[in-house]
Amino acid sequence: MNALDFIIANSPIFAVAIPLLGAFLTPIFGRINDKLRNIFAITIMIITTSIVFILAYDVITNGIRTYIFGAQDLTLPVVRILFEVDAMSSFMAIISVVLALVALIYSWAFMKENTGLDKYYTLLLLMTAGMLGMELTGDMFNFFVFLEITSISSAALVAFWINKGKSVEAGFKYIVISTIGALFVLFSVALFYGQYNALNMAIIAHSIQFSFLDKIALVLLIGALAMKAGIVPLHMWLPDAYSKAPSSITLILVGVTQASLYGLLRVCFTIYGKMITLSSISIGWILVLFGIVTILLGVIMAIAQSDLKRLIAFAAVGEIGYMILGIGTGLVTMSPDISAAGLTALKGGIFHIMNDALDVGLMFLVAGAIFYATRETSLDRLGGLARNMKYTTVFFIIGLLAVSGLPPMNGFASKLLIYESTYQLNPILAIIAILSSILLLAIFVKVLHSAFLGPALPRFNEVKEVPKSMLFAMAIIAGMIIIFGIFPDIVVNNIVEPAANALVDNAGYISKIMSLAGGA
Amino acid sequence: MLPFESLLKTLQTGSGFWNPLIWIVAIIVALLVVLIIRGFGKKDYKKGTTQTQAFLSGNPEYDKENMHIKGSNVYWGFSEIMRWIIQLLKKMHNGNVSDYVLWFVIIIAILFLSIIIPAGAI
Repeated sequence: MNALDFIIANSPIFAVAIPLLGAFLTPIFGRINDKLRNIFAITIMIITTSIVFILAYDVITNGIRTYIFGAQDLTLPVVRILFEVDAMSSFMAIISVVLALVALIYSWAFMKENTGLDKYYTLLLLMTAGMLGMELTGDMFNFFVFLEITSISSAALVAFWINKGKSVEAGFKYIVISTIGALFVLFSVALFYGQYNALNMAIIAHSIQFSFLDKIALVLLIGALAMKAGIVPLHMWLPDAYSKAPSSITLILVGVTQASLYGLLRVCFTIYGKMITLSSISIGWILVLFGIVTILLGVIMAIAQSDLKRLIAFAAVGEIGYMILGIGTGLVTMSPDISAAGLTALKGGIFHIMNDALDVGLMFLVAGAIFYATRETSLDRLGGLARNMKYTTVFFIIGLLAVSGLPPMNGFASKLLIYESTYQLNPILAIIAILSSILLLAIFVKVLHSAFLGPALPRFNEVKEVPKSMLFAMAIIAGMIIIFGIFPDIVVNNIVEPAANALVDNAGYISKIMSLAGGA
Repeated sequence: MLPFESLLKTLQTGSGFWNPLIWIVAIIVALLVVLIIRGFGKKDYKKGTTQTQAFLSGNPEYDKENMHIKGSNVYWGFSEIMRWIIQLLKKMHNGNVSDYVLWFVIIIAILFLSIIIPAGAI
């Protein structure tokens, strides 16, 4: 076995273990030198990103990859954890590592003036390890453990600016909501274990009878993960946490929210997929309803905001609605087999997960750059910044076009897939989605006018462009937005479609584990 | 390595298609037309003269701070029409974490009613 084969064979555990071990080593490097600590954290993340890309290439080329901790023979009654990585898991892992890497680069200058950065970088790497664990694991209890790791580190980072009371309050709300959500996930896991003596997702999916207890577990899992994913009306923690966390952390929080959404997808498509396919379609319709309400509430509340970060946070809520709408439409059409329109909707929803991470993420980075330069986030006090912050303005305009779903940016391609497929389900859904997208454009044009355009304000005469590391971080995301926008077919065919196919192929996901267990 | 032809492919959206490269070419052509039309315009613009000053119905120009329309005032009319729903939604977002949990309980109850109560509803 050569070195590359070794890395590929162990890539699922490397993807989680490297940031996890790196997190605990970071304070040691911090003792030596601050720059060394920053370089160490970025190096760890570059290695993790490379491994995730290798893993994703392997999974898309050769199919599902499993990694067993403990006894290899699945028929033995031994405690073990199993990672099962399919195209959907690797798709989500790619998003997570890209966001984490960009956030680390951005943090170099953005967080420079702060104290306690050893803790900051440690928690950031822990948060990344937790996210990746949630996305790569094939075990429900393990999913709960990684959910907790992510929640605790995220809550600490939301409250990182402890000198600001509102940050601490937002961190407190986040941990309360996360703990309640995780508790309900744990309760569902207990229900599965009590019935099927199994914690593995594939084995539970294989054994599931859709008993009364299974239905209770489904309700609790949907409720808990919908709350963590920021679906209306369970989203209320999200604007508080997103707007009060440092912008670099908000970028990763977008990924954390999406990791919970991934959990919801695993529950609906993989664990209960067989039952949802064979039975009626109500779960899909519930998600469609959630999606439309989330879009509407997100954009209406965004219009009313005068704080830049809170405005973007509500727009992010609206964007989550588009993903849910696409995924819900896909689920509705899965009875008995997924239709072409349903698969298109699912592809749109999954593609929009990636686009939302990039578009909303860029907006938060721009908001952070404005705060860094002016110490201000109120749209009533900002103005004329385009004169002093030319590059940031360009990045904002790229983000504006992308979030609003304007061609030729990436947001347009994914929203087009969602519009067309939901139109076939019900034209009113597509009309609401399109009108809301127009409102999103209006909302961000308001920001462009309020913050960047207008006369030069005397109090911002001394404002300068942000440091190069922050510009570089924004440029990475802006570049990806443009490339994904100009070549959507490549992204959809090579990453999104395999992820959508993996999600609907729950028989393939189950059979991989059952073959390892010798059909047990 | 991706073949060059794959860069030019059109995204099929089920009942439609989307090719950003064609769109970009169309936009470039449109911009060229705009530039040509602009070229026919008047060329007597003089920088630094009264031509460049804001005209406010003969009133004196305010200082720069007051000339800029603040974020809260943009879409004022639209916000006024939507006031009833915005106020309602703002009441929902009261910042009280107990209320956030209450919403969670309500949604769990609704999910119970829609998934568990109707026998064989899924």
